[in-house]
Amino acid sequence: MANGSASFSEFLAWQAPELLPGSRTPPLGDASNLAPHGTTIVAATYADGVLMAGDRRATMGNIIAQRDIEKVFPADEYSCVGIAGSAGPAIEIVRLFQAELEHYEKIEGTTLSLDGKANRLTTLIRGNLAMAMQGLAVVPLFAGYDLESSQGRIFSYDVTGGRYEEQAFHSVGSGSLFARGSLKKLYRDALTEQECTTALVQALYDAADDDSATGGPDLTRRIFPVVTAVTADGFRRIPDEEIATLVDAVVAARMDRPDGPAAPLT
Amino acid sequence: MPFYVSPEQQMKDRADYARKGIGRGRSVVAVQYADGIVLVAENQSRALHKISEIYDRIAFAAVGRYNEFENLRIAGVRLADLRGYSYDRRDVTGRGLANAYAQTLGTIFSSAAEKPYEVEIFVAEVGEVAEEDQIYRLTYDGSVADEHRFAVMGGSADQAVAHLEQHYIDAMNRDQSVALAVAALAAEGDDTEPRELDASNIEAAVLDRTRSRPRKFTRLSDAAVSQALEAGEPPAAGE
Repeated sequence: MANGSASFSEFLAWQAPELLPGSRTPPLGDASNLAPHGTTIVAATYADGVLMAGDRRATMGNIIAQRDIEKVFPADEYSCVGIAGSAGPAIEIVRLFQAELEHYEKIEGTTLSLDGKANRLTTLIRGNLAMAMQGLAVVPLFAGYDLESSQGRIFSYDVTGGRYEEQAFHSVGSGSLFARGSLKKLYRDALTEQECTTALVQALYDAADDDSATGGPDLTRRIFPVVTAVTADGFRRIPDEEIATLVDAVVAARMDRPDGPAAPLT
Repeated sequence: MPFYVSPEQQMKDRADYARKGIGRGRSVVAVQYADGIVLVAENQSRALHKISEIYDRIAFAAVGRYNEFENLRIAGVRLADLRGYSYDRRDVTGRGLANAYAQTLGTIFSSAAEKPYEVEIFVAEVGEVAEEDQIYRLTYDGSVADEHRFAVMGGSADQAVAHLEQHYIDAMNRDQSVALAVAALAAEGDDTEPRELDASNIEAAVLDRTRSRPRKFTRLSDAAVSQALEAGEPPAAGE
């Protein structure tokens, strides 16, 4: 019954510290191959807000640990978070982050600003630093719709909790270099939702093309990237059927030109 | 010089004290309708809520001393969030929460070191179907009542209960149930004529099982309440 803050993680630290993701320190040594790793996440802003997409692969060394893992989650009604890095701790941090935002909303009777949410995620990531140093790093990508400035915004993080606002588009995870290169050539201002989704699917295809840990569209099992949109109407996951149609078109075009659409030279 | 006071007298004094505190405030009404439960309170303040969300399907309403029920509300949100985080969202139940509140209130009531809480609370939970809806009413001494159809707590609950008993029908729509709850609150008071209540001094919220998101709690805006009062003419008695 004692007074306290509106933060759920602070409440946990006080009442049940064993439930905090960063509270364990594994024995020294490299633990990176003990658990699956999630790979590439991409996000881009567009006219109505922001889109985030993730491939479906989790790897453990050379093994594909899971082919239909989901790595993009709603954080609350107006934001989403995608995770790359060690899947176990990452999913735990996402759950804590979701609880954190909802808890604040209920205790205070109002929602946090988008910057406030981004800063809360910083604190949670920082708590995982000891694990990150032993190979269990969690690198999230956070995106949301800012109700004050009426636009989509993207935030990236490093393992120490450093928070950086990104312009237009960004990508994290093992295939992120390729995805970002792809988005550089495909992205332009004021894309429609359909165009922006296509750009993200192309970027994930390029990441999977050159990074063995990123999964491409699985045409035989019909497993496609998870794509979510956050707009003034809130969080929404784009239905799998719509993504399937889009992926089929992208793959068909790559039958003619495997490297994807060509950007103009000048 | 210490006097002997019998335990019976002690408990009676504490109960009288708590009842007096609660009796000073206005009531809160909970009414079951086709798609869930509406909670309606008379409240002049826009910022200090008597009704709030605890978890996906669970709402909290209270009358009495603000700082005391606010304490209980925050403890409830913490308990629910902690349980949902360490187990699963489905493992947070209204019954579990009502039990925790009963323990807390009962302990405080019988502890000589503390004054009893001057509060009464509702814990309402909306189920998948109307038969699974629950309304628990907890009093200052920790006793729990399982209410059906409708429930009232607070100062002059008797008049509101009498109004609801006359006018309640099963499977109302949302507007009707809000209008009925407001009419029940208006029936309170010393006058024989019902008081005038409009949307600006009503706080209302619903647990709506048809809401597509996991969190079923929604506050009703003043506009929604006004519209309910116009559209949802409460059904006539005996219908």
